Amino acid sequence: MALLEVDALQTHFRTPDGINRAVDGVSFHVNAGETLAIVGESGCGKSVTAMSILRLIPEPPGKIAGAIRFNGKNLLEASDKEMRAIRGNEISMIFQEPMTSLNPVLTVGRQIGETLRLHQGMSAQAAEDRAVEMLNLVGIPEAKRRVKEYPHQLSGGMRQRVMIAIALACNPKLLIADEPTTALDVTIQAQILDLMRDLKHRVGAAIVLITHDLGVVAEVAERVVVMYAGRKVEEAPVHALFNKPRHPYTQGLLGSVPKLGSSLTGEATRLAEIPGLVPSLKQKIPGCVFASRCAHATDLCTAVAPALEEKAPGHVAACHYALREGALAA
Amino acid sequence: MSTAPLLQVNDLKKHFPIHGGFFGGVTAKVYAVDGISFDIAKGETLSLVGESGCGKSTVGKALLRLFPLTDGQVILDGQRIDDMPSGTLRPLRRRMQVVFQDPFSSLNPRMRVRDILAEPIRNFGLAKNSADLEARLAALMDKVRLPRDAVNRWPHEFSGGQRQRIGIARALAGEPDLIICDEAVSALDVSVKAQIVNLLQDLQKELGLAMLFISHDLAIVEHMTHRVAVMYLGKIVEVAPRRSLFGAPKHPYTEALLSAVPQPTPGIQRQRIILKGDVPSPINPPKGCRFHTRCPYAFDRCRVEEPVLRPIQDAMGEGHVSACHLHDLPAAQNPLSEAKGAQLLAVG
Repeated sequence: MALLEVDALQTHFRTPDGINRAVDGVSFHVNAGETLAIVGESGCGKSVTAMSILRLIPEPPGKIAGAIRFNGKNLLEASDKEMRAIRGNEISMIFQEPMTSLNPVLTVGRQIGETLRLHQGMSAQAAEDRAVEMLNLVGIPEAKRRVKEYPHQLSGGMRQRVMIAIALACNPKLLIADEPTTALDVTIQAQILDLMRDLKHRVGAAIVLITHDLGVVAEVAERVVVMYAGRKVEEAPVHALFNKPRHPYTQGLLGSVPKLGSSLTGEATRLAEIPGLVPSLKQKIPGCVFASRCAHATDLCTAVAPALEEKAPGHVAACHYALREGALAA
Repeated sequence: MSTAPLLQVNDLKKHFPIHGGFFGGVTAKVYAVDGISFDIAKGETLSLVGESGCGKSTVGKALLRLFPLTDGQVILDGQRIDDMPSGTLRPLRRRMQVVFQDPFSSLNPRMRVRDILAEPIRNFGLAKNSADLEARLAALMDKVRLPRDAVNRWPHEFSGGQRQRIGIARALAGEPDLIICDEAVSALDVSVKAQIVNLLQDLQKELGLAMLFISHDLAIVEHMTHRVAVMYLGKIVEVAPRRSLFGAPKHPYTEALLSAVPQPTPGIQRQRIILKGDVPSPINPPKGCRFHTRCPYAFDRCRVEEPVLRPIQDAMGEGHVSACHLHDLPAAQNPLSEAKGAQLLAVG
């Protein structure tokens, strides 16, 4: 059984000018110890998916439907008390902005210790000792001194390390990382990605990594879900996705990022563009969500939404025309 | 290049005072830009890369004289503009325009697109009459691939990518020779970013513009640029033509930057250099080489003597300069002597 199963998740928001279908029927699973990446551009619903898993969406105006099974238990039916016991303990989350997600008036040690005292009933002293241990684990030098410092005394990279320490303090089974390196500089990003890879081996938690950076996906993920306009359009193991993307959107996305080293290999001089804009999520789209920007779209695409089909083992795509393995090119 | 450069910058410095204490006196200084020199030829793209806080945006703003310089010279087409009174400078401002990072805050929400674009045209007296103005507006909209009738709309009616097109059109309205793009594509989504990058490249070819492309995104820089200058803590540490810089970096910082960028190819084997620690504060930059606190190759000399930019032998082409003491060592002991860009980037 998968550790986390998300089944036909729908997260809709009521707004003054209609319902915003931020996530519209997304299913995926995460196995124990696995790293799954969810990629997509802003507004595709990837962060809302993550927030929905932990039920961090205010209801109303939000409305979550479908099923989210964690270890077989449907989180959408859990009571608030049960959710509190899960958040930060069995499932924890790292947010993008290390500046705004730490409390500025509490010491770092207090913030790491809070989860431990709450979930594991540790004494204040034991929690602080464990906080020092956690800071050592995430590679912060002079942990004994740092544990008494406030967030403003730390650099951006250090703050993100503290966020990771908080998230891992209770040995969660699942870690949701929402754009964990987006706000960081490239040399600091390399440090944090390195740390996440290293900790994964040591702690063994499954990771759901939410990002728009295809480079980060290629480096850390084992399996990838591609989202577009609130729907899942493709899912595949990382090698298959990068080597043989099936959905036109994924193909466009991969073609639009320049590869470092392009001047050495003399590769394509012009980037592939995806013409047009992401459609508004406030209108119901009967057909394929990508049809308005797709070069191969036909009448079928605008009328009928394509189902997710297995095009190769473990590789699904929602496209009427994406080839199945073994099928002849049409 | 034999002809005089379009823009020449000599030993540019910008220090920001920090006020404090009981009487509000200057207690310290931020050495944001601390003596940098470079030039840009007509029609050339020079990229300025580096991490946040290295001073790259300050360079852009200083060139535009958005604040007074601490020291140094800025020469635009043979004329010194750094000490020019603002009245004389005004007509020259037309020749140097800017595109900002955030397309949401860089357009006035209370002005129609028409007025945003007409402002520089009127300001510099470019249009002969109102028919000419209309023709210029239409031509600008065509240049940035927006529908002509969109000039009557408001900025909030456009998406981020479209707003950035308006920002570019505004920069083009003064018919400049040089455009400074300060992280002009960084805030955009991947697929929209590609559209704007292509547009900038097309416009450069069409209009023969020179560009100062300030960015932290090395893959985009490599895609667009002719030459690259790498900044670290207010100093330029390396300048080289594109192929030399990416193929054979001659400064340890450049090397580490290249190796740190995640590549969109799963499972590749590449040489990784992960720098320890954070960038030091520009209020109190390290003595000697500013990079020595994080440099994996630092030796005693680096801690006391500051290296200067000087030409380095490079099999891949001319015009490679770097500021590093390692190049005084015999080639066998110099870790930067070989061209290992391909290993760092894992390309064949």
